[in-house]
Amino acid sequence: MPQEKGWKSLSRGGVILEPGNARDYETGSWRTFKPVVDREKCINCMFCWIFCPESAVIVKDDKMEGFNLKYCKGCGICAKECPKKAIEMAKD
Amino acid sequence: MPKIIARTGDDAVAEAMRQINPDVVAAYPITPQTEIVQFFSDFVANGKVKTELLCPESEHSAMSACIGASAAGGRVMTATSSQGLAYMWELVYIAASYRLPIVMPVVNRALSGPINIHCDHSDSMGARDSGWVQIFSENIQEAYDNTIQAVRIAEHANLLLPVIVTLDGFIISHAMEQFEILDDDTVQKFVGEYKPEYSLLDAKHPITYGPLQLFDYYMEQKKQQHEVIKSASSVVLQIASEFEKISKRKYELFEEYRMDDADIGIVVLGSASGTAKTVADKLREQGLRAGVLKIRLFRPFPAAELANSLSHLKALAVLDRSDTFGGLGGPVFEEVCASLYNYQFPDGHKIPAVNYIYGLGGRDVTLDHIEKVYRDLEGISRTGKINNLIQYLGVRE
Ligand code: SF4
Ligand code: SF4
Repeated sequence: MPQEKGWKSLSRGGVILEPGNARDYETGSWRTFKPVVDREKCINCMFCWIFCPESAVIVKDDKMEGFNLKYCKGCGICAKECPKKAIEMAKD
Repeated sequence: MPKIIARTGDDAVAEAMRQINPDVVAAYPITPQTEIVQFFSDFVANGKVKTELLCPESEHSAMSACIGASAAGGRVMTATSSQGLAYMWELVYIAASYRLPIVMPVVNRALSGPINIHCDHSDSMGARDSGWVQIFSENIQEAYDNTIQAVRIAEHANLLLPVIVTLDGFIISHAMEQFEILDDDTVQKFVGEYKPEYSLLDAKHPITYGPLQLFDYYMEQKKQQHEVIKSASSVVLQIASEFEKISKRKYELFEEYRMDDADIGIVVLGSASGTAKTVADKLREQGLRAGVLKIRLFRPFPAAELANSLSHLKALAVLDRSDTFGGLGGPVFEEVCASLYNYQFPDGHKIPAVNYIYGLGGRDVTLDHIEKVYRDLEGISRTGKINNLIQYLGVRE
């Protein structure tokens, strides 16, 4: 998390003045369990990528490459939706 | 040149809105709406204003539309009354927390149940903690003048807060009185052009209204609101003195009527103030030193100034046109008691204060009722004894 501001430095009415600043909010800090993918089972169907509410599934060259743990909040949706049961939730 | 004309309160407020010529008015068009919006829609239909008039399906949607239009950078007004304000409730809070300078005349009428359409302050008192500036009017002239000043107060760069201007249902809203209307040009010049700092429509500087702020930021945001509304008193006074230059009419946070040397005093707001002044005049002729303090600015509550003005009284009554059911008394009584409690009296001195709930659901408040209040006060000032802290005035047993 960036340094938290005091009331005097907040924008008027809490208006967000810089677009895209949700990036600064690292939802990874909420996590208790983290997803672990078994590359052997994965068929790169991208279900996990579609379902992840935090866009935390990393995809490169059409391949599922793991998770961005800065933002992965450990909700387990990817593990639940994976048709190959290739994702396991492990205690972080 | 200003002109003296005769109009109902609703009509006078609609005239003020015509002269202000806001960018957007979003208002529910059916009862409990008042004629303010009906008269204003005539101005729109006849091309007298360039306002975009939206008539959504409810007050909830009307205030939502006002929030959107104001966040987009427009000068925005609406009007409501009674159940309409109650139905708006969650959006009323949101407008204030986003710091959107929306101006809303509220015709004060009772809340159900029982079903009732008449004068009562329960509706706007229900919104007293929502973060809106609230200004009460005694008569048609004040309702007109306050509506015009409200625009400048709301949009003041140090403030940017929504403002409610109240007028008593039927007694002011539907009764006809003469009042002085300013020239269109004068009002236009006085309100000027609204130049918003942010606009949702400014694609070059994209912004977001309505963030999620949890335990990490919500409290700071609320503290900002707490501080900003406190500073509204000085803005209200500044705008009043500018308004005096164009109207020759003087406005303050409250009006002191024969208070200087008063022994007993009544604190009141809205149209009943006139009745109280008449009774004070009559009792003065009989040698009773009676005064009236009429609150104009109810939010933010001018606690220190008010306590200072009351500090020399021997007994005091607060009149409330709504109840808090289970609270100490009416909402104005609670505020006045809290103000007096925190006022530094030199010798630990305490002013006996009593509360009268009056005029609920449009019940007439007569000269005799007010005279009874003053007579009670006279007794209290002599004996120092309070027999009845909170009474319903003019109620049948
Ligand atoms: S849902 Fe399962 S199989 Fe599909 S890409 Fe994600 S991990 Fe691989
Ligand atoms: S656990 Fe939740 S947040 Fe993390 S990658 Fe899976 S779906 Fe996304």
